[in-house]
Amino acid sequence: MSVIYVLLAISISVAIVFFAAFVLSVRNGQYDDSYTPSVRMLFEDELLPDLDEDIPENQEIKQTESTNQ
Amino acid sequence: MANMICYHCGDQCSKTKISFDEKDFCCNGCKTVYEIFTSNGLSKFYDLEARAGMTPNAVPKKYDFLENEEIVDQLVEFDEEGVQVVNLSIPNIHCSSCIWVLENLNRLHPSIKNSQVDFPKKTIRVTYDVADFSLKALVMLLGSIGYEPYISLEEFNKKDQTKDRSLIYKLGVAGFAFGNVMLLSFPEYFEVEEFWLNQYKLVFRWLMFAFSLPVVLYAAQDYFLSAIKGLRSKLLNIDVPIALGVLTLFLRSTADIIFDLGSGFFDSLTGLVFFLLLGKFFQQKTYSFLSFERDYKSYFPIAVTRLGTDGKEESVQVYKIKVGDRLLIRNQEIIPVDCILIKGAAEIDYSFVTGESQAIFKESGDKLFAGGKQLSGVLEVEVLKSVSQSYLTELWGNSVFQKDKVSDFQSLTDSIGKRFTMAVLTIAIVASIFWLFYQPNMVLNVFTAVLIIACPCAIALAAPFTLGNMLRIFGKHGFYLKNANVIERLSKVDTAIFDKTGTITTSNKDVVSYEGIALTDEEKALLKTTLRASNHPLSRSLYNILKSNDIETLDEFQEQTGLGIEGRSKEHSIKVGSAAYVGKETNATHANTSVYVSSDEDFKGRFVFQNKYRESVEELFHELGKSMDIGILSGDNDGEKKRLQKLLPGKTRLLFNQKPKDKLEYIARLQESNQVMMVGDGLNDAGALAQSDVGIAISEDINVFSPACDAILDASNFSKLPVFASLSQKAVKIIKMSFILSLCYNLVGLYFAVTGQLQPVVAAILMPLSSISIVVFTTLMTNLLGKKLN
Repeated sequence: MSVIYVLLAISISVAIVFFAAFVLSVRNGQYDDSYTPSVRMLFEDELLPDLDEDIPENQEIKQTESTNQ
Repeated sequence: MANMICYHCGDQCSKTKISFDEKDFCCNGCKTVYEIFTSNGLSKFYDLEARAGMTPNAVPKKYDFLENEEIVDQLVEFDEEGVQVVNLSIPNIHCSSCIWVLENLNRLHPSIKNSQVDFPKKTIRVTYDVADFSLKALVMLLGSIGYEPYISLEEFNKKDQTKDRSLIYKLGVAGFAFGNVMLLSFPEYFEVEEFWLNQYKLVFRWLMFAFSLPVVLYAAQDYFLSAIKGLRSKLLNIDVPIALGVLTLFLRSTADIIFDLGSGFFDSLTGLVFFLLLGKFFQQKTYSFLSFERDYKSYFPIAVTRLGTDGKEESVQVYKIKVGDRLLIRNQEIIPVDCILIKGAAEIDYSFVTGESQAIFKESGDKLFAGGKQLSGVLEVEVLKSVSQSYLTELWGNSVFQKDKVSDFQSLTDSIGKRFTMAVLTIAIVASIFWLFYQPNMVLNVFTAVLIIACPCAIALAAPFTLGNMLRIFGKHGFYLKNANVIERLSKVDTAIFDKTGTITTSNKDVVSYEGIALTDEEKALLKTTLRASNHPLSRSLYNILKSNDIETLDEFQEQTGLGIEGRSKEHSIKVGSAAYVGKETNATHANTSVYVSSDEDFKGRFVFQNKYRESVEELFHELGKSMDIGILSGDNDGEKKRLQKLLPGKTRLLFNQKPKDKLEYIARLQESNQVMMVGDGLNDAGALAQSDVGIAISEDINVFSPACDAILDASNFSKLPVFASLSQKAVKIIKMSFILSLCYNLVGLYFAVTGQLQPVVAAILMPLSSISIVVFTTLMTNLLGKKLN
């Protein structure tokens, strides 16, 4: 039955791993803003398709932008 | 085609409709933003949310101060190896389109590496290369697409602020320990005499002990600290029995496992702390996009333009302005110090300071007070006092602004906690004495069992959940509270004091009445045409109010600054302006703003401007008057006295010509015998708001200015104020009901404790059960109350 030590050790270390993950995520600021990411995750797909075709034009506008200021 | 809607911002396109790309725009600004977006592949903006855009309004040179490296240094969070990170507050952020476009800023300028929006706080964090870019260019870029950042004096030196995340950590620790201890203690709940369990129970017990250590030492430390603080100041707050309970739980359980008396109460201990922290977390709802601590710093610019002796302009930090300096105040800029006007036509809007919406005209040599906003043209002024000594800012030196209303207030929970602690200690001692004679070896068991079971977990949870939920419900209806404590204070209010201008009157719509000989249609048309040519605010509002007539062309137009205007068409002429200008002798000085009219040099009559009261003022005062004394404290003259008396219940106290300091002192006098609520809007009410028991700021636009206060009320919900007040009283009743409910649980528990038969499993069932039923009860009741607001 001393296998129970192994089982306890495993279950507790798994728990501690999750706890450490929680602490890390708090430290990284994941809980500071709980709203914006929920909106942001819906954007990713829409951004990619037209990214490539607009790059040349992008340069031009940048010029006019900075001279305007 | 008059009613086209702007593709970008959704405003009505009036006479100046601009068509571009088969779409309509209300102004050039909107069109430009559209161009920028579409040519950079950001046209998705309009698919995400229709008409989401903001019209840009750029003021040239406004951000010149961002060229000053010292100022930039204070604003950026990180500045190393040519990369800067800055956190900017953007009040215009309002929908998902905004998030999308602001997080794609890098497509508008390649120097921008990364941008991230915090929607609830309405801020954006931008990382950029400084090689061919700068903070100024970034701010201008944001301004040009309609997201002008708001940079005020408050932002200065703010970067060292770190977030307090300790409650989340504590909650995590307690939850982690609670779950594991629950699992470990499960075997002993049922099979106490089992062989294998007996062999390994020590391992389980000491593991539970290990898990509960961080809970007692870290997660519960706030309760110990608060209890010690309370005891030091001879106060028995609710944290005293909690701390006592936690401590007893831990010591008794440790003793139990050391002497092999039982499995201890580690499950109850960790569960208790976890539930308590959960309550705290729930109550901690904050409206991060609102600020309740605002003082003049959030109104004032960070820098102004100083004129050197050689006439050279330079941006200088506001704190560095010295008496005698010459400053340049541009259109739409706020005057940061008291000063004397040297050059330029001053049209000052003091609405931040006084709440009075009408702009005031000043001439060269007049004194200008800090906090006014210049509305037209450029001014040159000479500084009379430095920032901290100006008339307005001096008010903040008053000690009321340092007062902590929360710790001064004895909450219901604390006052119950006091009696509760006394009762628990009495029961524990009486029971111990009984057992001392009956069966001495049970004394310690009974004594600790009473302290454990009587630990007021449910009582401590009742207030956070009730008030926290009320706070959310109020927030949904446009009444934003600084913290949950405000509800309890609001429930005790017996006197309500209102500011007049901007609080019970609306700031935009003036009411005009005409007194005198009726004007003919022809005269009316001429009058309107004449007014059209003038830029004076009174002319503008009169022009907007007059029924539309045919607009004629004027043959002649004359404007005499400070006096009036004259228009001539064909053989008729009309004069509008002050009494003297139109040739009328004024016998009495009228308290209300009036504009006099004469036609062909014959005096006709006058237009009287009156404040327009909010639609629901009469009912509101009637409703509030049932349960409270009401008073009006106004900074204006008493011209409106008669009208107010007619509008308000008879016993209303009316005081006029009150300076900010007078208001504060009046509230303080009332507080000697009353609980006072102050409702105001301008900075001139700030002192009174801080002094009162509950200070409520009325705001037409929640995202812009409101002075330091306990609660911000959306002006459109002004009429609901009596409902909010009565709901807060009902919320306190709910808390009292929950106290009774939790007392019932405690009585059951005490029966087990006093008779010496408290088993860990009983405590482990009773504690979560009472906590959860309290949470369910308060949530249901508050939601039921919340329905009354709809």
